[in-house]
Amino acid sequence: MERRVNYENDLNLMATELRLGLPGCGDDEPQRKTNPSIRNNKRTAPEISEVSSSESSSSITMSGSDDQDSPPPAKEHVVGWPPIRSYRKNCLQSSKRNEVEGMGMYVKVSVDGAPYLRKIDLKVYRSYPQLLKALENMFKLTIGAYSKREGYNGSDYAPTYEDKDGDWMLVGDVPWEMFISSCKRLRITKGSEARGLGCV
Amino acid sequence: MNYFPDEVLEHVFDFITSHKDRNSVSLVCKSWYKIERYSRQRVFIGNCYSISPERLIARFPGLKSLTLKGKPHFADFNLVPHDWGGFVYPWIKALAKSRIGLEELRLKRMVVSDESLELLSKSFVNFKSLVLVSCEGFTTDGLAAIAANCRGEVNLGALERLVSRSPNLKSLRLNRAVPLDTLQKLLMRAPQLVDLGIGSYVHDPFSEVYNKLKIAIQRCKSIRSLSGFLEVAPHCMSAIYPICGNLTFLNLSYAPGLHGNKLMKLIQHCRKLQRLWILDCIGDKGLGVVALTCKELQELRVFPSDPFGAGNAAVTEEGLVLVSAGCPKLNSLLYFCQQMTNAALITVAKNCPNFIRFRLCILDPIKPDPVTNQPLDEGFGAIVQSCKGLKRLSLSGLLTDQVFLYIGMYAEQLEMLSIAFAADSDKGMLYVLNGCKKLRKLEIRDCPFGDAALLEDVGKYETMRSLWMSSCEVTLGGCKSVAEKMPSLNVEIIDECEQMEFNLDDKQKVDKMYLYRTLVGHRKDAPEYVSIL
Repeated sequence: MERRVNYENDLNLMATELRLGLPGCGDDEPQRKTNPSIRNNKRTAPEISEVSSSESSSSITMSGSDDQDSPPPAKEHVVGWPPIRSYRKNCLQSSKRNEVEGMGMYVKVSVDGAPYLRKIDLKVYRSYPQLLKALENMFKLTIGAYSKREGYNGSDYAPTYEDKDGDWMLVGDVPWEMFISSCKRLRITKGSEARGLGCV
Repeated sequence: MNYFPDEVLEHVFDFITSHKDRNSVSLVCKSWYKIERYSRQRVFIGNCYSISPERLIARFPGLKSLTLKGKPHFADFNLVPHDWGGFVYPWIKALAKSRIGLEELRLKRMVVSDESLELLSKSFVNFKSLVLVSCEGFTTDGLAAIAANCRGEVNLGALERLVSRSPNLKSLRLNRAVPLDTLQKLLMRAPQLVDLGIGSYVHDPFSEVYNKLKIAIQRCKSIRSLSGFLEVAPHCMSAIYPICGNLTFLNLSYAPGLHGNKLMKLIQHCRKLQRLWILDCIGDKGLGVVALTCKELQELRVFPSDPFGAGNAAVTEEGLVLVSAGCPKLNSLLYFCQQMTNAALITVAKNCPNFIRFRLCILDPIKPDPVTNQPLDEGFGAIVQSCKGLKRLSLSGLLTDQVFLYIGMYAEQLEMLSIAFAADSDKGMLYVLNGCKKLRKLEIRDCPFGDAALLEDVGKYETMRSLWMSSCEVTLGGCKSVAEKMPSLNVEIIDECEQMEFNLDDKQKVDKMYLYRTLVGHRKDAPEYVSIL
């Protein structure tokens, strides 16, 4: 009964208050905080965490003496709630990680001698060979194979990129993931300049 | 009926396919029992511990297809320890030993070891189909025994050859590891596909591969079911539009990359959709599009894309009301939302009286109606009163004993009920046990139900498949009492923290209790922390 009384008496002014800030932050959820232990009786179940199964209870516990300003207990603390399978939770988390860099990663691509620049979405590619093939298709040129020692030596063109520090680097030296996170723009250099990059 | 020769009866029984009906047939008289049991090919066992494989085989020697379910439903949400039970090996061993001509095995929430899979693959000459839902315990090595060609990493060349050699291939589901040009090649070789799962769908819309893919997809005129899109480039979804018009099942519940306008545009092409599984990033607006487009919709599942999120409203009661108004054939719902109101539920109940399954999950489990601050008793009450064929119900939100009064009164066809963080007293549970005559599975967590409710009518549990109660008020003494009075039930106490070991006081509250009817007594494979009273 205690639960219901709390909700009836609370005019919920907080919810209608105009304020700046994201929903869900701070103290715009007073109802949950003033709510005493859901099963307000003898059993004192410890607060549980999803990781540790050595704690016995899976109830939400918020003792009445809690400070009003303390944040509501994170929902993670209730085992098995919300009722979705771990497989789904994991899938969403890994997708979130992939999306942290944002939807699409468009960078400018310039080619020496071309009248205008193009843009490509780096997220579309999985590896250097894929990227280079796409560039070859887009600009109708041949870049050739990369080698650690020679770069793109032997080819008329060499793909370079500007990294976070503003330096122009040869495409292919660092692991793909590192490249993706540091590449600001691409430039396909031609002729002697290209060959110059190949021999250190 | 004695004057009909057996063969005639057998022929008649061939037309009776539902398990329920066959069970009824077998109860008519001894001769029908005999004829039925010899002609039965498909058996469904809802609880693998209710019967032993030996008895099953003895009764149905002609068995070809077996469905087995193991762990209780709440195992899906980590409430049941992994090694609790549900091992399939003894079943396969017994079936193999008796030379049963098994052709199909369907398992749900069972533990399937590599050893079992190996034994399975070697023992049944005519074996055709293995279906595993929510199972665990095996590795790719085990699966390799079943699927001859796939070993370890996906071998793309082998996959292409396999598909080329399979003109009857109906269902193909790929994971992230399959690149786009392989997908395109596979589709070119299998235009007869009915069910397609695309793992990774990220590509450059200007590339040749994409053009080829568009052509390949267009050839697949039989695809009725589409899923996957674990990774997706939303601007490339237009390649899929040509087949959308034929889709009856669309599963985008693993595709958080697809939302907003691109998602809505996709849905607008799917006019024949009957089942839609989606993430809540579709939003109420997106559900409005569903309501306008998918007039054939029967089943909707909306999953949370951010289960522990800050509460950014993804879908609310509004989306559900829109769908209920636009999709008159809706009969099955699983809906994760931020909030729900009584008014909305009452409207939904009026719009859709045909619900068979109604599962509502408000992410904050004790949230009241945000408009009136009232519990959701009236809303759910309207649902059970209006939906006379309701078989499955999951409740959430702030709920008192009153909702259970309604359920007991009106939910006459209810077979499965899931309750969490609800009710005020034992009365709630009693209303349900006394009222729902067809109740088969009852699962309860974090409710104030105690021994008084548990013990009121122990005979009722024999009419049900199982009862799960966790974090409630039942005591060890109460559970012992049930076990004593009902030898046909197994009453299991799952005690992971081994409280019971040190404190055998009958007044001790039981953390997890699972009881089920059985014909074969206590199981022998329970782990140490499970006591069968």
